[in-house]
Amino acid sequence: MIVDKTGTPITETENIQPDTRHGVILYVEDVSVSFDGFKALNDMNLYINDGELRCLIGANGAGKTTLMDVITGKTRPDTGKVSFGQQVDLLQLDEAEIANAGIGRKFQKPTVFEQLSVFENIELSLKGNKGIWASLFHKLNGEQNDRIAEILHTINLIQERNYPAGRLSHGQKQWLEIGMLLAAKPRVLLVDEPVAGMTGQETERTAELLTSLAGEHSVVVVEHDMAFVRSIARTVTVLHQGSVLAEGTMSEIQSNPEVIQVYLGEEQG
Amino acid sequence: MTSSISTNSSTKETSTGLMAKLSGLRNLHVVIGILLLATFYVSVCNLAFAEGSALHVSDYTVSLFGKYLCYALLALAVDLVWGYCGILSLGHGAFFTLGGYAMGMYLMRQIGDRGVYGNPDLPDFMVFLNWTEMPWYWAGSDSVLWMVAMVFIGPGILAYVFGMLAFRSRVSGVYLSIMTQAVTYALMLAFFRNEMGFGGNNGLTDFKEIMGFSLQSPSTKLGLFIITALVLAVAYVVCHYIVNSKMGRVVTAIRDAENRVRFVGYKPEDYKVWIYVVSAMIAGLAGALYVPQVGIINPGEFSPLNSIEMVIWVAVGGRNSLYGALIGAIVVSYAKTRFTAIMPEAWLFALGGLFVLVTLLLPKGIAGMLPGIMDKLKGKNAPEEEATASEPSATDNSATENKGSEVKS
Repeated sequence: MIVDKTGTPITETENIQPDTRHGVILYVEDVSVSFDGFKALNDMNLYINDGELRCLIGANGAGKTTLMDVITGKTRPDTGKVSFGQQVDLLQLDEAEIANAGIGRKFQKPTVFEQLSVFENIELSLKGNKGIWASLFHKLNGEQNDRIAEILHTINLIQERNYPAGRLSHGQKQWLEIGMLLAAKPRVLLVDEPVAGMTGQETERTAELLTSLAGEHSVVVVEHDMAFVRSIARTVTVLHQGSVLAEGTMSEIQSNPEVIQVYLGEEQG
Repeated sequence: MTSSISTNSSTKETSTGLMAKLSGLRNLHVVIGILLLATFYVSVCNLAFAEGSALHVSDYTVSLFGKYLCYALLALAVDLVWGYCGILSLGHGAFFTLGGYAMGMYLMRQIGDRGVYGNPDLPDFMVFLNWTEMPWYWAGSDSVLWMVAMVFIGPGILAYVFGMLAFRSRVSGVYLSIMTQAVTYALMLAFFRNEMGFGGNNGLTDFKEIMGFSLQSPSTKLGLFIITALVLAVAYVVCHYIVNSKMGRVVTAIRDAENRVRFVGYKPEDYKVWIYVVSAMIAGLAGALYVPQVGIINPGEFSPLNSIEMVIWVAVGGRNSLYGALIGAIVVSYAKTRFTAIMPEAWLFALGGLFVLVTLLLPKGIAGMLPGIMDKLKGKNAPEEEATASEPSATDNSATENKGSEVKS
């Protein structure tokens, strides 16, 4: 067994198998978060099914990004319960442990390691031992090289593999970040605004990519672009003032009077 | 742009890793080669040519070069944490000095009864303070093994404890720099006290011999110089390995986007503590090699100013480049030797001015200029080689804009 310098096994969190017997991979129950009195999340309840593609929509300040922060361990909720499968309490783990357990996140603003090459960005993100000694003596094996090539192919950056990531266009950075997510082989992908700053064609390909990922992975997409949401969505959850306002298919949502009033209505007005 | 790249992408199929390895190895060989050749040259000129000959290198110069090499080793340590991990430590003098004290304690014990007071058991300063027995922490200090262990353990423990506290609490940036500065200042005040048992403001000095060799003899001085050069070479290889391993890439990623690293599944705190401890140990080693060559260690070495000077070496030489750190340390130290001989009181102003100028005009230091010069020299012979050679190593943002034209050429 490989242990880090404090003697705890590093592979522990990587071996977490969420219990999804009830078909739910992510439980968010009665979660509240407040910043200086402002309630960013207010008794939020959300269940993500194993393998589904879920879209979250909502106006600014509805709590979408805060929700992702809570799930990935960046923000601790004041109250409530967040668990991965039935038994893994995410509130007990830190960011790195949650990532290793199988929850990947793409940020709203694409964040890649600009000074490293595209290839190296993917290499660092590969699932595996993330401990110090493992990194120091790490050698890429053939399987991992193939995996990186496969991902580079999927995100269409094979030509740019040796470029510093900082040199990519905005859309390419978005893809690279999705590729970094894929490399980690997560069970759940949290994707924050994946098509911001993309051209129409790029948006279309991103939609294809995300749709193809669902099934094997559970994908949660936060997006403002309603046309994009319409093109990929099976189930849509509408957030409003820190809680869930409505949930259902796109057409159900669009005909929901409450939603029309607070969200879609706002957009038309 | 994309189409022009696709034409030669097959030749680059070997990927970044291999190319980086090749160009990296080339640098490694060149740096180690130059270092060893220079050492050999100085040694030969010191031994083979008589005094007065134009080629003779005096014993004084040998010691001076030995000192520069210690500084270069120290700069390597600073570059490792600052250049690669973005931790601006303004307290590396503390690790250097602690390593120096470990060596100093050993050298003190080698004096034996040849001290001024002729006490066979106690060092002079303890006799002077009317102490009757040695403090517990001096136990074992007459053993070489103890000394070598303490050179690493002393700075290592300080770095580990400080790193655990600071990095775990996610302190970074200016606050971290100020804290490192405060630590070295606090240590300076503590070591100035006689009660600490390290010789107070006089420090440890009056050394006679090291492992049986007289410190006054020219051959010992030359030996110390050669050992310093060899240690520097080994440390350089180790650092080169670290920064070119996956560890180095994680550390660079932490420097540029620490939070993102966390969400990829690495624990940045652990990596920062590790690299900080390694760097502190290298700094300690530099201090230990420095003390026998200058013959004294005192609390003045903890002075914050010294730590800042180290950072300037790295800034001048070029952070994020290991050989840059060596060049910076040697160039600035040489300038200091010359400058302080002419007008000592103006040196600090010159140093400050140098720092401002380098920051404004040469953000990547001397090492940042070298690739450009090399390319110009090479450009006449092999213009097409340039594009491929600069491709994987182009880790800088400034190259981003002119990249398109470069690839097409």
